[in-house]
Amino acid sequence: MSPSRLSNRRRAIVPITVDARDTPLFRAWADLQIALVQRNKLAQTFAMTSRVFDELYGENDQKQPRAQLEALADWLAHSSSTELARRHIAAENAFRQLGITFAVYGDDAASERIIPFDIVPRVFLPDEWRKLEAGLTQRTTAINAFLCDIYGTQRILSAGLIPPDLILNNPQYRAELVGVRPPHDIWAHIAGIDLVRTSADDFWVLEDNVRTPSGVSYMLENREAMIRLCPELFRSFRVAAVDSYPDLLHDMMRRCAPASARAEPVCVILTPGQYNSAYYEHSFLADRIGIELVEAADLVVENDRLWMRTITGLLRVDVVYRRIDDDYLDPEVFRPDSMLGVPGLMRAWRAGNVTIVNAPGTGIADDKAIYSYMPEIVRFYTGSESLLPIVQTWRCREPEALAYVLGHLDELVVKLVDGSGGYGMLIGPTATEAERAAFRTALLAQPERYIAQPTLALSTVPTIAGAAVEPRHVDFRPFVLSSPDGVKMVPGGLTRVALKQGSLVVNSSQGGGTKDSFVLTEVAPG
Amino acid sequence: MLSRTAAALYWMGRYVERADFTARLIEATVRLDALSSRPAGDAAWASALNVIEATEAFALLGQPQQRQHVEPFLLLSTDHPGSILRCLEAARSNARVVRTALSREAWSAINQAWLTISAHKTIPDNTSLALIARLQVDVLSFTGAIARMLFHPSLMFIHLGAAVERADNTARLLEVKYHILLPEGERVGGAIDRDQWTTILQTVSAVNAYRMLYREGLNVTNVIEFLTLRAEFPRSLVACVGEVERQLRNIAQVTDYFGQADSLAMTRHANFKRTSVGQIVGEGLHEYLEDFLAQNAMLDEAIGRQFRFV
Repeated sequence: MSPSRLSNRRRAIVPITVDARDTPLFRAWADLQIALVQRNKLAQTFAMTSRVFDELYGENDQKQPRAQLEALADWLAHSSSTELARRHIAAENAFRQLGITFAVYGDDAASERIIPFDIVPRVFLPDEWRKLEAGLTQRTTAINAFLCDIYGTQRILSAGLIPPDLILNNPQYRAELVGVRPPHDIWAHIAGIDLVRTSADDFWVLEDNVRTPSGVSYMLENREAMIRLCPELFRSFRVAAVDSYPDLLHDMMRRCAPASARAEPVCVILTPGQYNSAYYEHSFLADRIGIELVEAADLVVENDRLWMRTITGLLRVDVVYRRIDDDYLDPEVFRPDSMLGVPGLMRAWRAGNVTIVNAPGTGIADDKAIYSYMPEIVRFYTGSESLLPIVQTWRCREPEALAYVLGHLDELVVKLVDGSGGYGMLIGPTATEAERAAFRTALLAQPERYIAQPTLALSTVPTIAGAAVEPRHVDFRPFVLSSPDGVKMVPGGLTRVALKQGSLVVNSSQGGGTKDSFVLTEVAPG
Repeated sequence: MLSRTAAALYWMGRYVERADFTARLIEATVRLDALSSRPAGDAAWASALNVIEATEAFALLGQPQQRQHVEPFLLLSTDHPGSILRCLEAARSNARVVRTALSREAWSAINQAWLTISAHKTIPDNTSLALIARLQVDVLSFTGAIARMLFHPSLMFIHLGAAVERADNTARLLEVKYHILLPEGERVGGAIDRDQWTTILQTVSAVNAYRMLYREGLNVTNVIEFLTLRAEFPRSLVACVGEVERQLRNIAQVTDYFGQADSLAMTRHANFKRTSVGQIVGEGLHEYLEDFLAQNAMLDEAIGRQFRFV
């Protein structure tokens, strides 16, 4: 072989080339925020109209910390701004070193950025968490029962609790799945329930996410960073550990395996690939659990069974935690042009030969049009009142509600149920007279297309802002797992924070970040 | 193990090894250029380009083969796939694909190496040695991290790729130095010749190792034997060939599958054990090395087929 041929070979051996400026987390992060843009518009008005609850200092202006949180206030008061800034930078370096980055389009110089992390934790007291946990368990149980029913006998429709057209004509409802029973009748194995807080006692569900909720890797990485950067806080507070989440997740997957699976089911995570914005999270979870991270090209369906291609041939797969949307899951059934999906996966699922986490079709349960019915849904399936309230919602399809909304347009937020991304929304308090008039006309013409909600004053948490510490608005997403063994969750979740003063926009490109969320297990000594 | 995972690990092993080799090559060439009693000057850089078969690619730039042009080309070029920057980029991108198969430390080390080099657009302070020293620390921390990884096929594929690449590099180094560098009219065994052989040993960090094995001092036949047939030296051809065979055997033990790559590797290793330096020099080092490189490429292809890399 001549040197020149070898030379060609050397140039040719690049099986996987990647632009180093790929876009790992950016889009997922953006996805995570899209709903918030709308939510924030909604909340902006409330921040103007009512007093804001601070989770450290309560509602007083005297900088008196709330009971049990004195140690955090002391810590903030006694840490110099340079020391806090130093740790802030250390956190950034740690995240960069781990490659927890996302890309910013059009920014060549520093195209891999990290998602801003704020080192002042957000703290939940033991009682607060106990209540949240009970509410989340109840809600998730109801969501699964609702999905079983809606793709089964549809008792809730016969009972007349939800207008059938809201379900049957909903684009998220997949009529072709009626009659399918996923293994163990579990549809929404993983739920990310977005919560906001307005006072010491008031938590509200803003949104249920039961398709492929993301963000759990931040919960775990943020904790790692805090233990390294602020170890003294873990001496002041007894913080419940969250690091068992991957084990809980794996355990859930094993228990949800189909009856035909082996004693030790083969579980995998299906990712769209390393260009997906949430790829870091996919690989992080697979790594922590110790299972394969697969792409569609690694999987094949034969005889209605799912297999993966390995160095020794095909290996049967029992449980697939997919991080791909329904639409792309199986080109035989959904979008035929999908390159991300596995042809035949739905056949294997219908045949009961594989568990898909979460099951296809779950989108109907977190749809905006269904949201206002969640209290009824919870009551119908659990037999008790919903422990976690939703934001009060007037369905304009109901005459009394419509009358109320028309009478209070200057204080409400009015939304199209089938609108998205903030389109078709009226923010009463900031709208012009003309805008309100236009909505009044539209409401009278097609009331069934609208809902209205009051504005909420989202709570704040002290946050590093340059050399100062200032209140910033937050929300919270815990991750709830369902298996035949019941509903489980780790004490914690993802806290997102709007880093700009007064802003409720936590979008990362506009200065949104995350915080660690401490759930206390007991009162700290002293 | 997924075939795709195995392929990425194998290539990651190759790219890290290639980056490491190129770093050593630059370091040795800088020394040869600057420290030798009779500076080899630009010829040293021409030779370095030759070793990694980058002469043509460099010629496209239209620059003279001098340190100030060749050094950044080998180290930081974004256009030349053989530059350390591009090798580490490729290693990192393969590592990203298989993060689940790597320990956290191994990933951090690769990512750190990439961060180290990608922080530079030009060679800092007009000398590459400090940057290369940092890169070598990063590469060492990668090797250290994988040494602590579970004894698992993941690890074996990384080692396999590294061994295949190392064999390739040592053969190229020998080939080029032996046939190209010595200027017309220079005496074999003369001062330039000795400097060159010392540089070869420096490139593979083996000056001391050589002196421990050969008390009688620098001697061309001995250097050839050292770099081809001494199993004690981890970069010798025979050591790499043995390592390839061993890693394939480890994989076969786990997978319970024996294929064409295994047979090729075993035959090659067995042949090596029967070879003497007299035979190599007698039949011609150039032919021997050409043959070796071709075999190595065949084995690489057989590995890809056997484990369904594509």
